[in-house]
Amino acid sequence: MFNNNKYSFLSIARNALNNHENWQKTWNSPEPKKSYDAIIVGGGGHGLTTAYYLAKNHGINNIAVIEKGWIGGGNTGRNTTIIRSNYLWDQSAALYEHALKLWEGMSQELNYNVMFSQRGVLNVAHNLHDVRELKRRWHANRLNDIDCEWLDTKKVKEFCPIINTSPNIRYPVLGATLQRRAGTARHDAVAWGYARGADEMGVDIIQNCEVTGINVKNGNVTGIETTKGTINSNKIGIAAAGHTSVIANMAGIKLPLESKPLQALVSEPVKPVIDTVVMSNTIHAYISQSDKGELVIGAGTDGYTSYTQRGGFNIVEDTLMAIVELFPIFSRMKMLRHWGGIVDICPDASPIISKTHINGLYFNCGWGTGGFKATPGSGWVFAHTIANDQAHELNAPFTINRFSSGELVDEHGAAAVAH
Amino acid sequence: MFLINCPYCGERDQAEFSCGGEAHIARPKNPPELSDDQWAEYLFLRKNEKGIHYERWNHEYGCRQWFNLARNTSTDEILAVYKMGKAPPKLKANIPATPSGEPSIGSGNLSTSKKDRF
Repeated sequence: MFNNNKYSFLSIARNALNNHENWQKTWNSPEPKKSYDAIIVGGGGHGLTTAYYLAKNHGINNIAVIEKGWIGGGNTGRNTTIIRSNYLWDQSAALYEHALKLWEGMSQELNYNVMFSQRGVLNVAHNLHDVRELKRRWHANRLNDIDCEWLDTKKVKEFCPIINTSPNIRYPVLGATLQRRAGTARHDAVAWGYARGADEMGVDIIQNCEVTGINVKNGNVTGIETTKGTINSNKIGIAAAGHTSVIANMAGIKLPLESKPLQALVSEPVKPVIDTVVMSNTIHAYISQSDKGELVIGAGTDGYTSYTQRGGFNIVEDTLMAIVELFPIFSRMKMLRHWGGIVDICPDASPIISKTHINGLYFNCGWGTGGFKATPGSGWVFAHTIANDQAHELNAPFTINRFSSGELVDEHGAAAVAH
Repeated sequence: MFLINCPYCGERDQAEFSCGGEAHIARPKNPPELSDDQWAEYLFLRKNEKGIHYERWNHEYGCRQWFNLARNTSTDEILAVYKMGKAPPKLKANIPATPSGEPSIGSGNLSTSKKDRF
């Protein structure tokens, strides 16, 4: 029988004959069952990929993904969609590169167009320290078999002609690293695609259901309390981004996280003007252009703990000052929309993907300002951790215990501001 | 964005201040005896409270004095300002009934059930 859920040219033609009235729902919205083999708390990209790979790689299909809002309404739909793997340390480079390789095959695998566009990412240097730091990262990337190039000022201008390379601006462009395989993707399509893929394999995606408690008995997790009642499982993975500390608190666990607002904004749509991603750590700004034509601009975090999904105007102002200096052509652009998301930041700017001292309770958090790029890789290793009760080799360095042992993975240089 | 009532200068824009993170974390008195876990607790673990958060602020672009704030992190409402060295005031705030039961002046991240809102 014709599978109406498989998207193809043929299915478009076939559905056109029925005035497109017979398309299936992308995923179902079941009521929660009494118990599951595993529960994932958080229906963002990381939670959905975790469920997807638990089903696909580990044969665990009896899973619920619990989402307090709606799919694609959290940080997955709020980030600036930048994907890259040019991290400094071996541990992070391996993790993010694994994710990037999954991005490269994602649309085919999911039969869902996530509009992954490898348009290249420039990390711009504005002073001698930046030049040294970025060249160090360039060499480190090359040693880890990650594509990276160093462009001097002239080459930066050739690659991105609208950038202001005048030596007389406050933060002149002294060069940049370029990762050509890096780029952007349509962020909500990623959530939808993985939700659809997980749903097809039997995962229950439960939206508008909020976790209100975690049940622990004799050091073993037994289930969760939700606004839709008690759901039992002896494996619970938390992928709750900015609200991770709130969930952890329910289980009496204190984490090294601080939740802060991170703001972004988009301009009115214009014709194609910038065909790459430009990021700068020093002046706290990053910019790309969406397929709709909007300039997508991201800022640094606000400097205080907050769960309000909005931040201070001074942050927006600082970011736009930097953007306008680098791109005077944008000085009269009107900004259309502006929002904030709550990001959970670890002291070393690296994530935690780890077991806890409670059996069956796992955390995937601390992605801070840059979790989107890791979405498939994060789910891949978190699924492995949950299925085997043991870390995958890629996330073995990213335990909670590293804050006691001192084996931190300090990625402030690669992750502090720019994502 | 919010206004902060500096105990030395009066009400100023939040952009003039910088936040020094969670307050009332005392440096351990017996460093050589501490275990690695106890050091981690002191150095890295934070309450990261959604609700009343006691925190340090510095009037960086003003008098450069440090002081403490009690702020509801689910609304950014400031509940108390008090000087360094003072004990944290006991406060009651409209804390969300459920983790995402946002108050109307909070975020767009609305609660799933009407009765949880206020």
